[in-house]
Amino acid sequence: MRLAACIIALTLTQAVLAGEHAGTIKTSQGAAHIVREGARLPADPGQTVMVSDSIQTGHDGTVGITLMDDTRLTAGPDSTLELNRFVFDTTTHGGSLDAKVTRGSLAVISGKLAKSSPDNVSFSTSAVTLGVRGTRFIIKTGH
Amino acid sequence: MLIYLLPPALVIAAALLTQPQPEPPAITDTIILLPDEDGSVGSLVVSSDAGEQALDTAYATAEADESGALATGSTSAAEVEAEFGSLLAATPAAPRSFTVTFESGSADTLTRSSLAEVAEIRKYLTTVPAAEITVIGHTDRVGSLENNDALSRQRAESVKRMIQSAGIDAASIAATGRGEREPRVDTADGVAEPRNRRVEIRVR
Repeated sequence: MRLAACIIALTLTQAVLAGEHAGTIKTSQGAAHIVREGARLPADPGQTVMVSDSIQTGHDGTVGITLMDDTRLTAGPDSTLELNRFVFDTTTHGGSLDAKVTRGSLAVISGKLAKSSPDNVSFSTSAVTLGVRGTRFIIKTGH
Repeated sequence: MLIYLLPPALVIAAALLTQPQPEPPAITDTIILLPDEDGSVGSLVVSSDAGEQALDTAYATAEADESGALATGSTSAAEVEAEFGSLLAATPAAPRSFTVTFESGSADTLTRSSLAEVAEIRKYLTTVPAAEITVIGHTDRVGSLENNDALSRQRAESVKRMIQSAGIDAASIAATGRGEREPRVDTADGVAEPRNRRVEIRVR
C-alpha cells in the first residue's frame, strides 16, 4: 500500500516536471527534430527544449542545446538524446540533471549544476552511467 | 624421410592458423574526456554493471563492451578531431557576460569607455544564434533604496533598448533591476562609487 503510494507520488512528480523549460536550441544542421508527447517538432535554433523531450537526428544532423544552467549538449548524427530530468534553481544553483543517449554521439560541456550539485548530475547510455565533476566529454553509443 | 612428413605438418599448421578464434566482445560505448575550453581537465566516473572506472586526464577513454566490461585507454586531439570534429564544431557558444557603467545619477548616459564597449557587444550579439539575454541594472549607494531600485531598472531598460535598436534577433531579452543590493565594490551608504553604477549583460 505504502509502496503504491510512493509509486503514485513518483509518477506525479515526473508528470509535474515534464514540460518544464530546460533550455534552447542554439545550433541545428541537417535532419533534426524534437519528439514531445508523441508530436514531432522542428529542432530549429531558438526552439525551447522541455523536460522529457527526446532530441533525434538523422544521418546528416547535429543539434546544439544550451540548458538554463549553461550546460551545453551537442547531439551528433544518427543520435537520440532523452532529457529525462532537469531542475535548476537560478538563485541557489541547486537542482538535478539526467540525460540519456540511446544511440549515436553526444558532446557535453557541463554547466553550473555539475559545479553546485555534482552528485545530482548524470549522463547515461543503455550500458553505462557517468558521474560528472565539472568537465567536457564525448559519449558514443551503439557502435 | 623428413620430406614426407613436411606436407602433413603444413596442413596441420594451416588448420591451426585458420581455426576460428573466439571473437572479442564488440565495443558498445566509448567515453572520451576532453580538456575544458580553458585547458584545465575535469573528471568523470564511468560505471557499468561490471564495474567502475575514473577518467581524469585529457583524452582518457573508457570503452564498454557488450558484456558490460569497462576498459580504459587514451586517444589524441587529432583522432578526436578526425572522428568528432563536426560534432564539436556544432557546440553552442559559451555563455558570456559584459558590464557597462553609467554616469552618476543617469539612467541613460554611459561612461565614455562603455560607449565603445556597447558597440562591441552589439557586434558580438549578431554572431550568437538564438541568444537569451538578461540585462541587470545596479546603482551605487547615493540616494534612497527606492530611487536606486527605480534607477537600476531604468538603466537596464535603456541597455535593453540599445541592444534592440541594433536589430539583434534574440530568442529572449529580459531586463531587471537590483538597485544597490549587489555592489561590485562594498561601500558605506551615500558613497558615490563609479564601479557600482553599472549594467550586466548576460548572454546565453
